[in-house]
Amino acid sequence: MPVSRFRRASIAAATVPLLALGVAACGGSDSKKDATVTSTASFAAGTTMARLNKAGAVTVGTKFDQPLFGLRNLKGVPEGFDVEIAKLVAGGLGIKPEKIKWVESVSANREPFLQQGRVDYVVATYTMSPKRMKVVDFAGPYYTAGQDIMVKKGNPLGITGPEKLAGKRTCSVEGSTPAQNIRDSYPQAKLTLFDVYTKCADALKNGQVDAVTTDNVILLGLISKDKESFELVKKPFTKEPYGIGVKQGDTAFCTFINTTLKKAFDDGSWKKAWDDTAGKVAGEAPSPPTLGNCQ
Amino acid sequence: MDAIFGNLDLYLRGFLETLRLSVLAAAGSLLLGTLLAAFRVSPIPPLRALGATYVEIVRNTPLTVVFFLLAFGLPQVGLTLGFYAAAVAALTLYTAAFVCEVVRSGINSVSTGQAEAARAIGFTFPQTLRHVVLPQAFRTVVPPLGNIYIAMVKNSAIAGAFGVSELLGVGKRLTVTNPDAVIEVLLGVGVAYLVLTLSLGLFFGVLERRVAIAH
Repeated sequence: MPVSRFRRASIAAATVPLLALGVAACGGSDSKKDATVTSTASFAAGTTMARLNKAGAVTVGTKFDQPLFGLRNLKGVPEGFDVEIAKLVAGGLGIKPEKIKWVESVSANREPFLQQGRVDYVVATYTMSPKRMKVVDFAGPYYTAGQDIMVKKGNPLGITGPEKLAGKRTCSVEGSTPAQNIRDSYPQAKLTLFDVYTKCADALKNGQVDAVTTDNVILLGLISKDKESFELVKKPFTKEPYGIGVKQGDTAFCTFINTTLKKAFDDGSWKKAWDDTAGKVAGEAPSPPTLGNCQ
Repeated sequence: MDAIFGNLDLYLRGFLETLRLSVLAAAGSLLLGTLLAAFRVSPIPPLRALGATYVEIVRNTPLTVVFFLLAFGLPQVGLTLGFYAAAVAALTLYTAAFVCEVVRSGINSVSTGQAEAARAIGFTFPQTLRHVVLPQAFRTVVPPLGNIYIAMVKNSAIAGAFGVSELLGVGKRLTVTNPDAVIEVLLGVGVAYLVLTLSLGLFFGVLERRVAIAH
Protein backbone atom coordinates (compact mmCIF):
# COMPACT_ATOMS: atom_id res chain seq x y z
CA MET A 1 0.00 0.00 0.00
CA PRO A 2 2.62 2.63 0.91
CA VAL A 3 4.73 1.52 -2.03
CA SER A 4 2.00 2.20 -4.54
CA ARG A 5 1.52 5.66 -3.11
CA PHE A 6 5.19 6.41 -3.53
CA ARG A 7 5.19 5.25 -7.06
CA ARG A 8 2.31 7.35 -8.04
CA ALA A 9 3.85 10.42 -6.50
CA SER A 10 7.24 9.80 -8.06
CA ILE A 11 5.77 9.21 -11.49
CA ALA A 12 3.70 12.34 -11.26
CA ALA A 13 6.82 14.28 -10.37
CA ALA A 14 8.75 12.74 -13.22
CA THR A 15 6.13 13.87 -15.69
CA VAL A 16 6.76 17.55 -14.99
CA PRO A 17 9.73 18.09 -17.32
CA LEU A 18 7.84 16.37 -20.11
CA LEU A 19 4.90 18.68 -19.66
CA ALA A 20 7.19 21.66 -19.73
CA LEU A 21 8.29 20.63 -23.19
CA GLY A 22 4.86 19.67 -24.36
CA VAL A 23 1.90 21.44 -25.76
CA ALA A 24 -0.55 23.52 -23.85
CA ALA A 25 -3.43 23.86 -26.23
CA CYS A 26 -6.00 26.49 -25.67
CA GLY A 27 -8.93 27.87 -27.51
CA GLY A 28 -10.51 31.14 -26.71
CA SER A 29 -12.12 34.21 -28.04
CA ASP A 30 -11.51 37.88 -27.73
CA SER A 31 -14.10 39.90 -29.52
CA LYS A 32 -13.25 43.28 -27.99
CA LYS A 33 -10.71 44.17 -30.62
CA ASP A 34 -11.91 43.78 -34.15
CA ALA A 35 -9.23 42.97 -36.67
CA THR A 36 -10.52 43.60 -40.16
CA VAL A 37 -12.24 40.47 -41.45
CA THR A 38 -12.60 40.16 -45.21
CA SER A 39 -16.03 38.54 -45.45
CA THR A 40 -15.93 38.23 -49.21
CA ALA A 41 -12.55 36.52 -49.45
CA SER A 42 -12.39 33.81 -52.11
CA PHE A 43 -9.43 31.70 -53.16
CA ALA A 44 -8.34 29.29 -55.88
CA ALA A 45 -9.42 25.74 -55.10
CA GLY A 46 -6.78 23.47 -53.56
CA THR A 47 -4.82 26.23 -51.85
CA THR A 48 -4.27 26.46 -48.09
CA MET A 49 -6.23 29.72 -48.15
CA ALA A 50 -9.28 28.04 -49.71
CA ARG A 51 -9.13 25.19 -47.19
CA LEU A 52 -8.91 27.49 -44.17
CA ASN A 53 -11.51 29.90 -45.57
CA LYS A 54 -13.94 27.02 -46.06
CA ALA A 55 -13.24 25.60 -42.60
CA GLY A 56 -13.80 29.07 -41.15
CA ALA A 57 -11.21 28.34 -38.48
CA VAL A 58 -7.45 28.35 -38.15
CA THR A 59 -4.85 27.06 -35.70
CA VAL A 60 -2.09 29.50 -34.81
CA GLY A 61 1.06 28.91 -32.79
CA THR A 62 2.17 31.80 -30.59
CA LYS A 63 4.02 32.45 -27.35
CA PHE A 64 1.97 32.44 -24.16
CA ASP A 65 4.63 33.93 -21.92
CA GLN A 66 5.96 36.90 -23.86
CA PRO A 67 4.76 40.24 -22.51
CA LEU A 68 3.69 42.70 -25.27
CA PHE A 69 3.88 40.03 -28.01
CA GLY A 70 2.05 36.92 -26.91
CA LEU A 71 1.00 36.70 -23.29
CA ARG A 72 -1.94 34.65 -22.09
CA ASN A 73 -4.28 36.76 -19.94
CA LEU A 74 -6.32 35.62 -16.96
CA LYS A 75 -9.15 34.55 -19.25
CA GLY A 76 -6.76 32.18 -21.01
CA VAL A 77 -6.56 34.21 -24.22
CA PRO A 78 -3.19 35.39 -25.54
CA GLU A 79 -2.67 39.13 -26.13
CA GLY A 80 0.06 41.14 -27.80
CA PHE A 81 1.52 42.32 -31.08
CA ASP A 82 2.08 38.79 -32.45
CA VAL A 83 -1.50 37.94 -31.59
CA GLU A 84 -2.80 41.02 -33.43
CA ILE A 85 -0.67 40.19 -36.48
CA ALA A 86 -2.07 36.63 -36.44
CA LYS A 87 -5.59 38.11 -36.33
CA LEU A 88 -4.82 40.33 -39.32
CA VAL A 89 -3.73 37.30 -41.33
CA ALA A 90 -6.81 35.35 -40.23
CA GLY A 91 -8.93 38.37 -41.19
CA GLY A 92 -7.47 38.22 -44.69
CA LEU A 93 -8.63 34.61 -44.86
CA GLY A 94 -12.13 35.66 -43.86
CA ILE A 95 -11.80 34.15 -40.39
CA LYS A 96 -13.03 35.97 -37.30
CA PRO A 97 -10.62 36.38 -34.33
CA GLU A 98 -12.81 34.18 -32.11
CA LYS A 99 -12.43 31.32 -34.62
CA ILE A 100 -8.67 31.20 -34.10
CA LYS A 101 -7.45 28.28 -32.03
CA TRP A 102 -4.33 29.40 -30.14
CA VAL A 103 -1.64 26.85 -29.46
CA GLU A 104 1.34 27.64 -27.28
CA SER A 105 4.54 27.23 -29.24
CA VAL A 106 7.73 27.54 -27.25
CA SER A 107 10.98 28.08 -29.10
CA ALA A 108 11.87 24.39 -29.41
CA ASN A 109 8.60 23.17 -30.90
CA ARG A 110 7.91 25.77 -33.60
CA GLU A 111 9.55 23.83 -36.45
CA PRO A 112 8.02 20.44 -35.53
CA PHE A 113 4.57 22.03 -35.21
CA LEU A 114 4.83 23.47 -38.73
CA GLN A 115 6.35 20.33 -40.23
CA GLN A 116 3.65 18.10 -38.74
CA GLY A 117 0.84 20.48 -39.70
CA ARG A 118 -0.28 20.88 -36.09
CA VAL A 119 -0.56 24.62 -36.62
CA ASP A 120 -1.38 26.52 -39.83
CA TYR A 121 1.08 29.31 -39.13
CA VAL A 122 3.34 30.50 -36.32
CA VAL A 123 3.59 34.10 -35.10
CA ALA A 124 5.87 33.82 -32.08
CA THR A 125 8.77 36.33 -31.99
CA TYR A 126 10.20 33.98 -34.60
CA THR A 127 13.51 35.24 -36.00
CA MET A 128 13.93 34.47 -39.73
CA SER A 129 17.32 32.73 -39.55
CA PRO A 130 18.95 31.01 -42.55
CA LYS A 131 19.06 27.68 -40.70
CA ARG A 132 15.36 27.80 -39.93
CA MET A 133 14.61 28.70 -43.56
CA LYS A 134 15.93 25.27 -44.49
CA VAL A 135 12.97 23.63 -42.73
CA VAL A 136 10.16 26.18 -42.77
CA ASP A 137 9.14 29.11 -44.96
CA PHE A 138 8.82 32.63 -43.60
CA ALA A 139 6.40 35.35 -44.60
CA GLY A 140 7.27 38.83 -43.43
CA PRO A 141 9.17 40.23 -41.62
CA TYR A 142 6.45 42.19 -39.85
CA TYR A 143 8.87 43.67 -37.30
CA THR A 144 12.62 43.93 -36.81
CA ALA A 145 13.84 43.59 -33.25
CA GLY A 146 17.44 43.73 -32.05
CA GLN A 147 19.24 42.02 -29.20
CA ASP A 148 19.86 44.37 -26.30
CA ILE A 149 20.83 44.26 -22.62
CA MET A 150 18.79 44.95 -19.50
CA VAL A 151 20.55 45.98 -16.29
CA LYS A 152 19.63 47.14 -12.81
CA LYS A 153 18.28 50.68 -12.60
CA GLY A 154 21.16 53.14 -12.71
CA ASN A 155 23.45 50.59 -14.39
CA PRO A 156 25.76 50.18 -11.36
CA LEU A 157 28.22 47.96 -13.27
CA GLY A 158 28.48 50.31 -16.24
CA ILE A 159 27.45 47.72 -18.82
CA THR A 160 27.12 49.86 -21.93
CA GLY A 161 27.29 47.19 -24.62
CA PRO A 162 27.79 43.49 -25.28
CA GLU A 163 31.61 43.74 -25.11
CA LYS A 164 31.24 44.87 -21.48
CA LEU A 165 29.59 41.55 -20.62
CA ALA A 166 32.99 39.81 -20.36
CA GLY A 167 33.22 38.15 -16.96
CA LYS A 168 29.72 39.32 -16.04
CA ARG A 169 26.93 36.92 -15.09
CA THR A 170 24.64 37.22 -18.08
CA CYS A 171 21.15 35.75 -18.07
CA SER A 172 19.13 34.45 -21.00
CA VAL A 173 16.92 31.51 -21.98
CA GLU A 174 18.40 28.15 -22.92
CA GLY A 175 17.50 27.27 -26.48
CA SER A 176 17.10 30.87 -27.66
CA THR A 177 18.88 32.78 -30.44
CA PRO A 178 20.19 35.50 -28.08
CA ALA A 179 21.90 32.92 -25.85
CA GLN A 180 23.55 31.39 -28.91
CA ASN A 181 24.64 34.86 -30.14
CA ILE A 182 26.42 35.46 -26.84
CA ARG A 183 28.15 32.07 -27.04
CA ASP A 184 29.26 32.73 -30.60
CA SER A 185 30.24 36.41 -30.43
CA TYR A 186 30.89 37.22 -26.74
CA PRO A 187 32.14 33.94 -25.26
CA GLN A 188 33.67 35.69 -22.24
CA ALA A 189 30.26 36.46 -20.78
CA LYS A 190 29.30 34.00 -18.05
CA LEU A 191 25.92 32.66 -19.13
CA THR A 192 23.21 31.71 -16.65
CA LEU A 193 20.30 30.09 -18.45
CA PHE A 194 16.69 29.53 -17.47
CA ASP A 195 13.59 28.40 -19.31
CA VAL A 196 11.75 31.75 -19.24
CA TYR A 197 12.85 35.40 -19.11
CA THR A 198 10.78 36.20 -16.04
CA LYS A 199 13.26 34.13 -14.02
CA CYS A 200 16.09 36.25 -15.46
CA ALA A 201 14.26 39.33 -14.20
CA ASP A 202 13.93 37.80 -10.73
CA ALA A 203 17.60 36.82 -10.72
CA LEU A 204 18.67 40.33 -11.80
CA LYS A 205 16.55 41.89 -9.09
CA ASN A 206 18.04 39.54 -6.47
CA GLY A 207 21.55 40.32 -7.65
CA GLN A 208 22.13 36.71 -8.75
CA VAL A 209 23.04 37.86 -12.27
CA ASP A 210 24.43 41.17 -13.59
CA ALA A 211 22.59 41.53 -16.90
CA VAL A 212 19.78 40.02 -18.96
CA THR A 213 20.06 39.82 -22.72
CA THR A 214 17.51 39.09 -25.42
CA ASP A 215 15.53 41.01 -28.05
CA ASN A 216 14.88 44.61 -27.00
CA VAL A 217 11.10 44.31 -27.22
CA ILE A 218 11.09 41.35 -24.84
CA LEU A 219 13.22 43.30 -22.39
CA LEU A 220 10.83 46.25 -22.70
CA GLY A 221 8.03 43.90 -21.71
CA LEU A 222 9.93 42.90 -18.57
CA ILE A 223 10.76 46.52 -17.75
CA SER A 224 7.11 47.52 -18.18
CA LYS A 225 6.28 45.23 -15.24
CA ASP A 226 8.92 46.73 -12.94
CA LYS A 227 10.12 50.16 -14.03
CA GLU A 228 11.64 50.85 -10.59
CA SER A 229 14.19 48.04 -10.82
CA PHE A 230 15.38 47.73 -14.41
CA GLU A 231 16.55 49.75 -17.37
CA LEU A 232 17.49 49.07 -20.98
CA VAL A 233 21.01 49.73 -22.26
CA LYS A 234 19.40 50.75 -25.60
CA LYS A 235 22.22 49.61 -27.87
CA PRO A 236 20.78 46.85 -30.03
CA PHE A 237 23.65 44.82 -31.47
CA THR A 238 21.86 42.37 -33.79
CA LYS A 239 18.98 42.49 -36.26
CA GLU A 240 16.20 40.00 -35.56
CA PRO A 241 13.56 40.10 -38.29
CA TYR A 242 10.39 38.48 -36.95
CA GLY A 243 8.62 36.38 -39.57
CA ILE A 244 5.46 34.30 -39.82
CA GLY A 245 6.38 30.64 -40.15
CA VAL A 246 4.46 28.42 -42.57
CA LYS A 247 4.98 24.88 -43.78
CA GLN A 248 7.90 24.60 -46.16
CA GLY A 249 6.93 24.68 -49.82
CA ASP A 250 3.58 26.40 -49.33
CA THR A 251 4.70 29.42 -51.32
CA ALA A 252 1.15 30.40 -52.28
CA PHE A 253 0.15 30.73 -48.63
CA CYS A 254 3.37 32.56 -47.80
CA THR A 255 2.83 35.02 -50.65
CA PHE A 256 -0.77 35.52 -49.54
CA ILE A 257 0.41 36.39 -46.01
CA ASN A 258 2.89 38.90 -47.43
CA THR A 259 0.12 40.51 -49.48
CA THR A 260 -2.03 40.71 -46.35
CA LEU A 261 0.84 42.24 -44.39
CA LYS A 262 1.48 44.77 -47.15
CA LYS A 263 -2.16 45.80 -46.99
CA ALA A 264 -1.92 46.09 -43.19
CA PHE A 265 1.24 48.22 -43.49
CA ASP A 266 -0.55 50.54 -45.91
CA ASP A 267 -4.00 50.90 -44.36
CA GLY A 268 -2.79 51.58 -40.83
CA SER A 269 -3.99 48.36 -39.23
CA TRP A 270 -0.38 47.26 -38.66
CA LYS A 271 0.32 50.56 -36.85
CA LYS A 272 -2.90 50.21 -34.83
CA ALA A 273 -1.89 46.68 -33.80
CA TRP A 274 1.46 48.09 -32.62
CA ASP A 275 -0.06 51.03 -30.76
CA ASP A 276 -2.57 48.78 -28.96
CA THR A 277 0.10 46.39 -27.72
CA ALA A 278 3.89 46.78 -27.74
CA GLY A 279 3.62 50.48 -28.60
CA LYS A 280 2.22 51.21 -25.14
CA VAL A 281 5.70 50.60 -23.75
CA ALA A 282 8.02 50.86 -26.75
CA GLY A 283 6.46 54.08 -28.01
CA GLU A 284 5.92 55.20 -31.57
CA ALA A 285 5.71 52.48 -34.24
CA PRO A 286 8.83 52.24 -36.38
CA SER A 287 8.39 52.27 -40.15
CA PRO A 288 7.29 48.83 -41.35
CA PRO A 289 10.14 46.55 -42.47
CA THR A 290 10.69 45.55 -46.09
CA LEU A 291 8.91 42.30 -46.85
CA GLY A 292 10.84 39.28 -48.11
CA ASN A 293 9.88 37.25 -51.14
CA CYS A 294 9.02 33.89 -49.52
CA GLN A 295 12.11 32.16 -50.89
CA MET B 1 21.92 12.45 -37.16
CA ASP B 2 24.81 14.91 -37.56
CA ALA B 3 23.06 17.02 -34.98
CA ILE B 4 23.74 14.27 -32.44
CA PHE B 5 27.09 12.88 -33.52
CA GLY B 6 28.56 16.30 -34.30
CA ASN B 7 27.74 17.42 -30.76
CA LEU B 8 28.69 14.38 -28.72
CA ASP B 9 31.00 16.52 -26.56
CA LEU B 10 28.06 18.73 -25.56
CA TYR B 11 25.87 15.71 -24.89
CA LEU B 12 28.62 14.24 -22.75
CA ARG B 13 28.94 17.45 -20.77
CA GLY B 14 25.19 17.50 -20.13
CA PHE B 15 25.21 13.81 -19.30
CA LEU B 16 27.98 14.24 -16.72
CA GLU B 17 26.20 17.25 -15.22
CA THR B 18 23.00 15.25 -14.80
CA LEU B 19 25.01 12.36 -13.38
CA ARG B 20 26.82 14.59 -10.88
CA LEU B 21 23.59 16.27 -9.82
CA SER B 22 21.92 12.86 -9.37
CA VAL B 23 24.77 11.29 -7.40
CA LEU B 24 25.00 14.23 -4.99
CA ALA B 25 21.23 14.35 -4.48
CA ALA B 26 21.00 10.55 -4.13
CA ALA B 27 23.64 10.50 -1.41
CA GLY B 28 22.13 13.48 0.39
CA SER B 29 18.58 12.19 0.23
CA LEU B 30 19.57 8.71 1.44
CA LEU B 31 21.18 10.22 4.54
CA LEU B 32 18.43 12.74 5.22
CA GLY B 33 15.65 10.25 4.39
CA THR B 34 17.06 7.63 6.76
CA LEU B 35 17.42 10.21 9.51
CA LEU B 36 13.81 11.29 8.99
CA ALA B 37 12.65 7.66 9.08
CA ALA B 38 14.51 7.21 12.37
CA PHE B 39 12.67 10.31 13.66
CA ARG B 40 9.34 8.87 12.58
CA VAL B 41 9.80 5.58 14.46
CA SER B 42 11.55 7.08 17.49
CA PRO B 43 10.05 6.95 20.99
CA ILE B 44 10.22 10.77 21.26
CA PRO B 45 6.90 12.38 20.19
CA PRO B 46 8.28 15.78 19.05
CA LEU B 47 10.76 14.02 16.73
CA ARG B 48 7.97 11.84 15.34
CA ALA B 49 5.87 14.94 14.70
CA LEU B 50 8.82 16.70 13.05
CA GLY B 51 9.44 13.78 10.68
CA ALA B 52 5.77 13.42 9.79
CA THR B 53 5.37 17.16 9.16
CA TYR B 54 8.43 17.29 6.94
CA VAL B 55 7.26 14.36 4.84
CA GLU B 56 3.72 15.66 4.41
CA ILE B 57 4.80 19.18 3.49
CA VAL B 58 7.63 18.30 1.14
CA ARG B 59 6.15 15.36 -0.75
CA ASN B 60 2.96 17.32 -1.40
CA THR B 61 4.81 20.31 -2.83
CA PRO B 62 5.54 20.25 -6.58
CA LEU B 63 9.27 19.93 -7.18
CA THR B 64 9.29 23.05 -9.38
CA VAL B 65 8.00 25.03 -6.41
CA VAL B 66 10.78 23.65 -4.21
CA PHE B 67 13.30 24.75 -6.86
CA PHE B 68 11.72 28.18 -7.02
CA LEU B 69 11.85 28.68 -3.26
CA LEU B 70 15.50 27.69 -3.03
CA ALA B 71 16.72 29.50 -6.16
CA PHE B 72 14.67 32.71 -5.91
CA GLY B 73 12.94 32.70 -2.51
CA LEU B 74 15.99 32.35 -0.27
CA PRO B 75 17.84 35.36 -1.78
CA GLN B 76 14.86 37.52 -0.78
CA VAL B 77 15.57 36.72 2.86
CA GLY B 78 19.27 37.33 2.40
CA LEU B 79 20.53 33.79 1.83
CA THR B 80 21.85 33.29 -1.69
CA LEU B 81 22.91 29.84 -2.80
CA GLY B 82 24.55 29.35 -6.18
CA PHE B 83 22.14 27.93 -8.74
CA TYR B 84 23.96 24.60 -8.71
CA ALA B 85 23.84 24.33 -4.93
CA ALA B 86 20.17 25.31 -5.00
CA ALA B 87 19.46 22.53 -7.50
CA VAL B 88 21.26 19.89 -5.41
CA ALA B 89 19.46 21.08 -2.29
CA ALA B 90 16.04 21.07 -3.95
CA LEU B 91 16.46 17.54 -5.32
CA THR B 92 17.87 16.30 -2.00
CA LEU B 93 15.16 17.81 0.20
CA TYR B 94 12.37 16.63 -2.13
CA THR B 95 13.64 13.08 -2.65
CA ALA B 96 14.40 12.64 1.07
CA ALA B 97 10.67 12.74 1.87
CA PHE B 98 10.07 9.74 -0.38
CA VAL B 99 13.17 7.90 0.84
CA CYS B 100 11.98 8.42 4.41
CA GLU B 101 8.67 6.71 3.78
CA VAL B 102 10.28 3.80 1.96
CA VAL B 103 12.83 3.26 4.72
CA ARG B 104 10.07 3.53 7.34
CA SER B 105 8.10 0.82 5.60
CA GLY B 106 11.27 -1.30 5.63
CA ILE B 107 11.70 -0.70 9.35
CA ASN B 108 8.10 -1.71 9.97
CA SER B 109 8.64 -4.93 8.04
CA VAL B 110 11.31 -6.09 10.53
CA SER B 111 9.52 -8.20 13.13
CA THR B 112 9.18 -6.56 16.54
CA GLY B 113 10.94 -9.53 18.18
CA GLN B 114 14.21 -8.27 16.70
CA ALA B 115 13.95 -4.88 18.36
CA GLU B 116 12.75 -6.43 21.61
CA ALA B 117 15.70 -8.82 21.65
CA ALA B 118 18.08 -5.91 21.05
CA ARG B 119 16.52 -3.93 23.87
CA ALA B 120 16.68 -7.01 26.12
CA ILE B 121 20.47 -7.16 25.78
CA GLY B 122 20.72 -3.49 26.69
CA PHE B 123 20.91 -1.69 23.29
CA THR B 124 19.71 1.89 23.29
CA PHE B 125 17.20 3.00 20.64
CA PRO B 126 19.86 4.36 18.23
CA GLN B 127 21.96 1.20 18.69
CA THR B 128 18.95 -1.01 18.05
CA LEU B 129 18.20 0.87 14.84
CA ARG B 130 21.76 0.97 13.63
CA HIS B 131 22.91 -2.56 14.39
CA VAL B 132 19.73 -4.62 14.24
CA VAL B 133 16.77 -3.03 12.50
CA LEU B 134 18.16 -0.84 9.70
CA PRO B 135 20.46 -3.49 8.16
CA GLN B 136 17.45 -5.76 7.77
CA ALA B 137 15.16 -2.92 6.72
CA PHE B 138 17.43 -1.78 3.86
CA ARG B 139 17.38 -5.27 2.33
CA THR B 140 13.64 -5.12 1.81
CA VAL B 141 13.54 -1.59 0.42
CA VAL B 142 16.04 -1.97 -2.41
CA PRO B 143 13.39 -2.24 -5.18
CA PRO B 144 11.32 0.80 -4.10
CA LEU B 145 14.50 2.82 -3.56
CA GLY B 146 15.45 2.00 -7.15
CA ASN B 147 12.11 3.45 -8.25
CA ILE B 148 12.67 6.63 -6.32
CA TYR B 149 16.14 7.19 -7.73
CA ILE B 150 15.07 6.53 -11.30
CA ALA B 151 12.35 9.13 -10.85
CA MET B 152 14.90 11.47 -9.30
CA VAL B 153 17.25 11.23 -12.30
CA LYS B 154 14.40 12.31 -14.54
CA ASN B 155 13.27 14.97 -12.06
CA SER B 156 16.75 16.48 -12.26
CA ALA B 157 15.75 17.85 -15.69
CA ILE B 158 13.90 20.61 -13.83
CA ALA B 159 17.32 21.98 -12.84
CA GLY B 160 17.75 22.92 -16.51
CA ALA B 161 15.07 25.55 -15.98
CA PHE B 162 16.94 26.94 -12.97
CA GLY B 163 20.37 27.83 -14.23
CA VAL B 164 22.07 24.41 -14.43
CA SER B 165 23.23 23.23 -17.86
CA GLU B 166 22.23 19.59 -17.58
CA LEU B 167 21.16 17.12 -20.22
CA LEU B 168 17.81 18.64 -21.17
CA GLY B 169 19.39 22.11 -21.24
CA VAL B 170 21.93 20.85 -23.77
CA GLY B 171 19.06 19.45 -25.82
CA LYS B 172 17.29 22.81 -25.85
CA ARG B 173 20.52 24.56 -26.75
CA LEU B 174 21.05 22.25 -29.73
CA THR B 175 17.53 22.84 -31.03
CA VAL B 176 18.50 26.46 -31.83
CA THR B 177 21.58 25.52 -33.80
CA ASN B 178 19.79 22.56 -35.44
CA PRO B 179 16.23 23.63 -36.16
CA ASP B 180 16.08 21.02 -38.92
CA ALA B 181 16.70 18.18 -36.47
CA VAL B 182 14.74 19.04 -33.34
CA ILE B 183 13.23 15.58 -32.96
CA GLU B 184 16.62 13.86 -33.40
CA VAL B 185 18.23 16.16 -30.85
CA LEU B 186 15.55 15.45 -28.27
CA LEU B 187 15.61 11.72 -29.03
CA GLY B 188 19.33 11.88 -28.29
CA VAL B 189 18.50 13.43 -24.93
CA GLY B 190 15.99 10.64 -24.29
CA VAL B 191 18.56 7.98 -25.10
CA ALA B 192 21.06 9.60 -22.73
CA TYR B 193 18.48 9.52 -19.93
CA LEU B 194 17.77 5.87 -20.75
CA VAL B 195 21.46 5.05 -20.40
CA LEU B 196 21.35 6.57 -16.91
CA THR B 197 18.07 5.06 -15.75
CA LEU B 198 18.58 1.60 -17.26
CA SER B 199 22.01 1.30 -15.64
CA LEU B 200 20.48 2.43 -12.39
CA GLY B 201 17.79 -0.25 -12.72
CA LEU B 202 20.46 -2.83 -13.46
CA PHE B 203 22.48 -1.73 -10.44
CA PHE B 204 19.50 -2.03 -8.14
CA GLY B 205 18.67 -5.46 -9.61
CA VAL B 206 22.17 -6.71 -8.79
CA LEU B 207 22.03 -5.11 -5.36
CA GLU B 208 18.68 -6.76 -4.65
CA ARG B 209 20.06 -10.22 -5.43
CA ARG B 210 23.23 -9.52 -3.47
CA VAL B 211 21.43 -8.67 -0.26
CA ALA B 212 18.54 -11.12 -0.63
CA ILE B 213 17.94 -13.41 2.32
CA ALA B 214 18.31 -17.07 1.32
CA HIS B 215 15.12 -18.92 2.16
